[in-house]
Amino acid sequence: MSPFLKASGVFVALLLTSGVVLAFERTSSFQMGHPGVGMDLVQTNKELEAKVQANKVPAALPAASSDGQLAVDAYKNVQVLGHLSSGDFTRLMTAITTWVAPEQGCAYCHAPVKDANGNPEKDEDGYIIADTNNLHSDELYAKRVARRMLQMTMQINGEWQPHVKATGVTCYTCHRGNPVPQYIWFNGTPVEGRPMIGSNGSQNGPSLKVGLASLPSDSFETYLRGDATANIRVISKSALPDEANVATVKSTEQTYGLMMHMSTSLGVNCTYCHNSRSMAEWSTSPPTRNTAWYGIRMVRELNREYLEPLHDTYPANRLGPTGDAPKANCTTCHQGAFKPLLGVSMLKDYQVLAAAKTQPAKTPPPEPAPEGAPAPEGAPAPEGAAPPAPATP
Amino acid sequence: MALLSFERRYRVRGGTLLGGNLFDFWVGPFYVGFFGVTTMFFAIVGTALIFWGASQGPTWNPWLINIEPPALKHGLRFAPLMEGGIWQLVTICAIGAFSSWALRQAEISRKLGMALHIPIAYSVAILAYVTLVVVRPVLLGAWGHGFPYGIFSHLDWVSNTGYQYLHFHYNPAHMIAVSFFFTTTLALSLHGGLILSAVNPVKGQSVRTAEYEDSFFRDHIGYSIGALGIHRLGLFLALSAGIWSAICIVISGPFWTKGWPEWWSWWLSLPVWN
Repeated sequence: MSPFLKASGVFVALLLTSGVVLAFERTSSFQMGHPGVGMDLVQTNKELEAKVQANKVPAALPAASSDGQLAVDAYKNVQVLGHLSSGDFTRLMTAITTWVAPEQGCAYCHAPVKDANGNPEKDEDGYIIADTNNLHSDELYAKRVARRMLQMTMQINGEWQPHVKATGVTCYTCHRGNPVPQYIWFNGTPVEGRPMIGSNGSQNGPSLKVGLASLPSDSFETYLRGDATANIRVISKSALPDEANVATVKSTEQTYGLMMHMSTSLGVNCTYCHNSRSMAEWSTSPPTRNTAWYGIRMVRELNREYLEPLHDTYPANRLGPTGDAPKANCTTCHQGAFKPLLGVSMLKDYQVLAAAKTQPAKTPPPEPAPEGAPAPEGAPAPEGAAPPAPATP
Repeated sequence: MALLSFERRYRVRGGTLLGGNLFDFWVGPFYVGFFGVTTMFFAIVGTALIFWGASQGPTWNPWLINIEPPALKHGLRFAPLMEGGIWQLVTICAIGAFSSWALRQAEISRKLGMALHIPIAYSVAILAYVTLVVVRPVLLGAWGHGFPYGIFSHLDWVSNTGYQYLHFHYNPAHMIAVSFFFTTTLALSLHGGLILSAVNPVKGQSVRTAEYEDSFFRDHIGYSIGALGIHRLGLFLALSAGIWSAICIVISGPFWTKGWPEWWSWWLSLPVWN
């Protein structure tokens, strides 16, 4: 071998070795199953650190007084949070502003101060100023959406504990400081009626919905919106084709597509919920699969009962390419973490969002009552009640 | 086992790597040598450990016997015997036995004045095994990443470890390895068919020479790789299959932690269509 060849060989070997050494990153592993079954999660320490950074929880606002005048009495047009004390109400409004519209402020939802021509007035930073005398106005669509979102949050925390446990959710779980949550989805636009090859079955395009696999990217339409109670069952119970299993290859791939989404949104892999010896077998699945089962049903309900019906409330620019309302999937809350915000409960500091409450009737304006007459049942004591707090944060 | 009378002539002294003349003898048809002894030692101890582990386990069903590696929490330390320690000892024995076997092949080759193709080829299989149970676990920081020793249990490991990367068929090295495995069988079947068709003719036909073999492939596809070339190709294909298998698993985890489909995003961001 010539010295030149030898030298080049050594050079290439050094190059390869240094490439391998540079590409290596230290990892941390988590074991989901029995030792040696291979149900593990490997993450680089960098990824883990980035996850911690991305899921920092904002500090809770100082607690407010739970006594005093009810919001339903202190303000006009309070339909969902009327049972709160006006202190709790104002605190929640302030929190929502920091969670959802930290830049835009109150005016993202509340009607603005208008100049003589009816145009919104802006402060020196260019932000629209909310009209504190007109906070009850439902003029802006965002306010009408926000009211429904509050109901949705309470529904999740009150009725979907099998999925969210006591950790619960707040507006911040999805919004993270964005007026529109960063991770929402719209119906896809499948290519139909091409000559010779027909429909593409929403397949083979690089879609982030399915982790860039060639799997069909319309799993959300089928599984996160449709029948609220449908089970995702494609695996046959017998070795040979039987009449009982009518699942097609296409629907099988759709389930795989959905699972790709669930894995990537939680930053985990298939073995977080399944022993792949049999994906369908509950007895070998980790308990996380139970939680996920409820999660799928929860998302279906949220999409069907809360998000899609808001279609007519949204302006056109909030709708998808096929004119559908924005919808939720696993990423909307999870955003790459196995538990949203890595399992830190913000709900514990905002128990007012824990469950929906029947709304108290507005207390009629106090008639001049005869001396010594008892106050109407349930009405706040007129003395010492906090004056209506300014609603601007 | 048939031993042709003239083969005895090839039973020559020397060529040993270790042990000198001490173990330079045959037992029946088998050459022993120092590494024959160590092979036996490690194989017997390893197998006995597996039986012992099985005796401590819940079943004697050969499909279900399982010698599991330590839990991840043990990291790269020695684990208690019943919590993966047996697996660690069996692994040491397996590597000892496999390496001894390769070195015994080398001694026989040297004894016969042959080149070392066979021990080198066999070493690639050892490399693949060592990659699975030593290199990758060390890079990931826990012996628990090795595969368990059991028929069904190791299949569970293969399946689950594939699903750790969401869709293992997107692993580029896996793609290459699978292609090499298939190409190996293609080449072997073509070669086997060709040789049999030439030297094992039907009754009444005469044996054909190498020129016929070459002519067949030149007529057929315009090229014949030749008698020597086909064996070089065969060895290359087979060893590449093993090497790329080792690569495809060692990059899963230490060099890529996400789903394998996602790895291909570089393809999507090529300037051609991006």
